[in-house]
Amino acid sequence: MADTEDVGSSSVSEPLDLVRLSLDEIVFVKLRGDRELKGRLHAYDSHCNLVLGDVEETIYVVEDDENDQEIIRTIKKQEEMLFVRGDSVVLISPQA
Amino acid sequence: MENGASSEGKDPSAFLGEIIGAPVTVKLNSGVVYKGELQSVDGYMNIALEKSQEYVSGQLTRSYGDAFIRGNNVLYIAAN
Repeated sequence: MADTEDVGSSSVSEPLDLVRLSLDEIVFVKLRGDRELKGRLHAYDSHCNLVLGDVEETIYVVEDDENDQEIIRTIKKQEEMLFVRGDSVVLISPQA
Repeated sequence: MENGASSEGKDPSAFLGEIIGAPVTVKLNSGVVYKGELQSVDGYMNIALEKSQEYVSGQLTRSYGDAFIRGNNVLYIAAN
């Protein structure tokens, strides 16, 4: 009966608790390679592998315009369901 | 040795335990800097920050109420 997990489901005693509390909520995820995701967190594990639903992906691309000035172009994509491999995750933030 | 940690035999994670709740600066390998209140750290150096701000090349780019940072990206954690 006495579970080691009785810390209480609303406490943040280790960093991954923050992710656990974001289950079924909208999260912002920053990835390697100047990519960002926003979507509903369906599942995660300790590697930060994520399953996200109703995702908007934003990609930032640096390009040179005709005057050789660097401009940042953003590309947006919509995905219905996405599995993200944990090793590309940089940051996860619950969206208030 | 007069300088360094106040007592001998302390390990780095003991330092991290001491600064929980304090304002910290976290720099990632990419150069991005996060300033916020350190909520918790684990053995992978995963970090939970509260009321944090993101700086890219010195410019404030974003604010987060709560943020989880995956440990492999961390370059250093500084107590402010």
